[in-house]
Order: sequence, then structure tokens, then C-alpha cells
Amino acid sequence: MGKTITEKIFDAHLIDKPDQAVNVLKLDRVFCHEITTPIGINDLISRGKDRVFDPDKIKVVIDHVTPAKDSKTAMQGKVLREWAKRNNIKDFFDIGRNGVCHAIFPEKGFVRPGFTIIMGDSHTCTHGAFGAFAAGIGTTDLEVGILKGVCAFKTPQTIKLEIDGQLKPGVYSKDIILHIISLLTVSGATNRIIEFTGPVVDSMSMEARMTLCNMAIEAGGTCGICYPDMTTVDYLWDYIKDEFKTKDNALNNYSKWISDEDAEYDKTVNIDVTDLEPAATYGYKPDEVKSVREMQGTKVDQVYIGSCTNGRIEDLRIAARVLKGKKISNFVRGIVSPATPKIYEQALDEGIIKVFTEAGFCVTNPTCGACLGMSNGVLAEGEVCASTTNRNFNGRMGKGGMVHLMSPATAAATAVSGYIVNSELYKG
Amino acid sequence: MKKFEGKVLFLDRSDINTDEIIPAKYLTEISKEALKPHLLEDLKIEGFAPDKDVKDKGVIVTKTNFGCGSSREHAPWSLEVNNINVVIAESFARIFRQNMYNCGMLAIELPEETINKIFNKYSRKETYIKVDIENSVINIAAEGEQEEIKFSLKGFDRDLILAGGWVDYVDKKY
Repeated sequence: MGKTITEKIFDAHLIDKPDQAVNVLKLDRVFCHEITTPIGINDLISRGKDRVFDPDKIKVVIDHVTPAKDSKTAMQGKVLREWAKRNNIKDFFDIGRNGVCHAIFPEKGFVRPGFTIIMGDSHTCTHGAFGAFAAGIGTTDLEVGILKGVCAFKTPQTIKLEIDGQLKPGVYSKDIILHIISLLTVSGATNRIIEFTGPVVDSMSMEARMTLCNMAIEAGGTCGICYPDMTTVDYLWDYIKDEFKTKDNALNNYSKWISDEDAEYDKTVNIDVTDLEPAATYGYKPDEVKSVREMQGTKVDQVYIGSCTNGRIEDLRIAARVLKGKKISNFVRGIVSPATPKIYEQALDEGIIKVFTEAGFCVTNPTCGACLGMSNGVLAEGEVCASTTNRNFNGRMGKGGMVHLMSPATAAATAVSGYIVNSELYKG
Repeated sequence: MKKFEGKVLFLDRSDINTDEIIPAKYLTEISKEALKPHLLEDLKIEGFAPDKDVKDKGVIVTKTNFGCGSSREHAPWSLEVNNINVVIAESFARIFRQNMYNCGMLAIELPEETINKIFNKYSRKETYIKVDIENSVINIAAEGEQEEIKFSLKGFDRDLILAGGWVDYVDKKY
């Protein structure tokens, strides 16, 4: 019997099985941010265990509320900053150099095929785009990861998604993942890995794959995962060229992290995206999805382009293509948050920031901020936001606010028209 | 080991997410105690009033996929500081469930028909549940009636409950 990529990663990292169904894995990376780590740090201090298993494997960023908005968030930053310094964690990213965790850590080359990664953040599943097992966990698991470099996971089953067909103009990986979540439901992948395969995924950029894997959790998935290929190697090349003589050597090495053909799956789902339309959510759950055509005419008060789902350079390029030479609707507030300083600089160099500002967007620094209603674009009661983020829960972006999730293209077109609309209508 | 008993709060809905259990704006707190007044404050269920219905409860009984969404351990903590150490449901989101056991708290899964039976029989009565860890039995009592329901607590989950959580367990072992 063959093995899935996840089973292979589990085998290579297994150090104990406390019972039949549970695997304690050795960790290659522990990622930390300022919202879920400080309480863990304080708990470790109170237990007399203020130490880390390996400072080089721990990567730290302040991203959720940055710059700090009040004394409490300033204190969270302070606890994290002092802890990183005290424990010789060199890869610590503070304001000016910080970005949204699931954008900046891959960008810095910290994620590799075959790695095991945890973070106290549910969207850690994003990093599966590189052929890694990456899972969101709570603060106690994080504490143990920091202290011992291990984490326990039940043996996961895998749902294989074979994505075939040819995307229509105006349809992107965000539309595909919204469609998939509506098929699986918000609990359809609980305790499962979602393996994204097929020609559509093969032809996707790393950015588009990260968008897919990012929202695996919205179907309950432990991790979304893609097979490493030449696109993965190209993305990582600057960081791995000392390890491998050629890109082909790297690809050869990484190809051990691909599922065997006779691997066993919980189920396999075939999706043809040829007829897929741009999609958006309509309710308070990410599986409540309709086509943009059905949603057309829904008025919005704010448009938000950013986050670990869709704040990368490709997303900004897509939105800018729709916005170029246009102004956003008078009573719409447009906010764009490039997910990292590098993305911000690229967008500046390519003239994308100018497109946004000329259209009437406010450009913020890289931060998670508005996505979870923390800062930089919180909604008032009764307001509606068209958003490229990942969660539309009641109150998510502000108490009493409604969030419609969609692609950067649809969000940009919506900003121009003032109501939800297909981006193709606003091209040209 | 924690206390696994108390009056029951019935939440008759599936997919209750962690933003509903504790909204993100309270994640800036550095103490667990500060979360106490905000438990379930954004949850909208007909007839449910968070400011008075949460008080004095020790057990939650609910439907499927409880705790979906964010990884925030603030969700179990906000239960813990309200003395709710047991959630009984048809199913849980993975991270929430693990966070409960990691904190030495109980997330008990029961089959759909058992959950429905509990709802039908008890949700309109003042109900008290006491969980017997030793024998894996849930004791339910309401208005003179009493019954016992078996549940499964084995292996790693059980070890975490007995150890009082994952940090103590792991530090001895690895």
C-alpha cells in the first residue's frame, strides 16, 4: 500500500505514539505571533521553564496589531520582543520589517517541502502549499512546541481534490477554494488533510496555491497540501541554491514528498472548474457561497484587499488591473494592506500603489488588522464589507458587521461600482 | 484534575465558532480572568441571553462542529474561567477539541441520537451533569429524574486529563 505525502511526512518525524491513533512529531518550525504567544510565554515563565528547544527553528513576527493600537497590544508586542531577544531568536520581525505571518515566513524561505510546522494561528495550513505539513494549534501546543520541539496529532485521513479544466477570465484560486468549501461544508474536512492536485493546481503560482491551502481550515481541515514541483523550487531557489547544485537536483530531492499512486484516501473529489463563476459568501459561514452573479447588486460600505489569503503581490496585481484608471465609488471606503514590506516595495516599483491611491484606496502597512476586526478598518454595526480575507463569521470584522468573502478582482470591481459585481464588467 | 460538573447550558445550534465563543477584540488580554464577562457574548440563538444564561453553569451541551474557526485557546480559557470544564457535543473542530484536552478539560462526543435525546428530554428543564472520569459515565439529573450515559475516554485523551494537561505530560516524557 502506498502512502500520502502527509503519511510520509509523519513517518519521517515520528518520535512517539502515546496511543494507536496519536503521533508525537518532531517539529522543523515553530512560528509565533503576538496574539497567541505571550500568554504561553508567561505560563512558561511561571513554570520556571523560560527556554526554547532551538532558537533557529523558531520564527517570530508581530503582525496582528501593528503598530500597537493601545497599551494592551503594546504589552503583547513587548512580551514577545523581550522573549525573542532573551532566547536568541534571530528571525524576529518587528515593525517596518514585519508582515502577515503566512506571507512573510514563506517569503523568507522558512518553509520547505517535507517540513513539520506549527503556529498558534488557524491559517498555518497555508504553508502546506510547499508540500509541508503545517497546522494551526492552540497556546498549550505552542508552549510545548517552543519548549520541546514536538507536537501531537491524530493520524489524519486525506481528502484528495483533483482540480481539472480551464479557468474563465475573472476566476481565480479564491473562487475555487470558496467553491470547494461550499461542497465540503465547514466541517467536511475536520481531522482531515486536503490534498490539492490536478492540472489546475500544477499550473498555479505559489501565491495561488497558498490561497487554496490557506482556507483548508474553513472546511475544518488540519492542513491543505500541494505537491512540490518546479514552481516550488523556483520560489525557494534563492534560499536553497547552496544546498543543491541545480534546480533539477532540488526537484529530485523534493519529489520524495509526493503521494504514491496507490495511496489510500478518505475520498477523492473531482472538480472541473471550466464553468466556475466568480464566487462570494453571502452568510456568516464560509460555506455559504453563491456566484457573484447571484450576489450582484449587494451594496457595500467598505472593500478590504489584504490578509494571509489574498494580500500577496499577485493579488495586488490582479486588483490593480481592474482598478487602473478608475475611481472607487464615492461612499465606499477602500483599504489595501500589502501583506509584507517586500510586497509593498514590489507594488511601489510596479506602480501598483499609485493605481490604488489614484483610485481612492487607503494603503496601510502590512498587518492582519481589519481581517479579524482588531484595527485598521473595523466595521460599524450594520455595515457591509467586501473582503479578500478568509472568515465571514458574525462580528468578525466588527460587531454587527457583514463580511462577503471574494477574490481580489471581484473586490476591486466592487469598490468601483459600490455594489458586488463581476470584475469582467469593469475591465478594459 | 479539574471539577467536571455543574448546571447545564444548552446551545441548540451547530458550527458555533470561536469568534462567537470569545470575540477577537478580547485577544489583547494577557490574563485569562479578563475573558470571563465576554464568554459567548456575540452568540445569537433565539432565547439565549449571554449576560444571564452563562452564569452558574458548569457544562455545555451542544450540536456539531463546536469551536470551529480560529485556533485561539482563549475559547477554552473563557469557559474555564467561568467554571465550565465540560462540553458535550456531537462533534468538535479539531483545534478546539485538542485545546480542551491540552488544558485538562473535557470535550465529550456523543452520537447524534443521544445528543438529540438529551436535548428533547432536558433542554427545557434545569439540568445538572456530573461526569465520572473513573467509569466514563455522564450522570444527568433534572427535576427528580436521573440517568447515566456511558462515553468513551481512552488513551492519550485520558492521559492528558489525568496529567492535568499537555505541558505537564510532555515535560516528564520527552
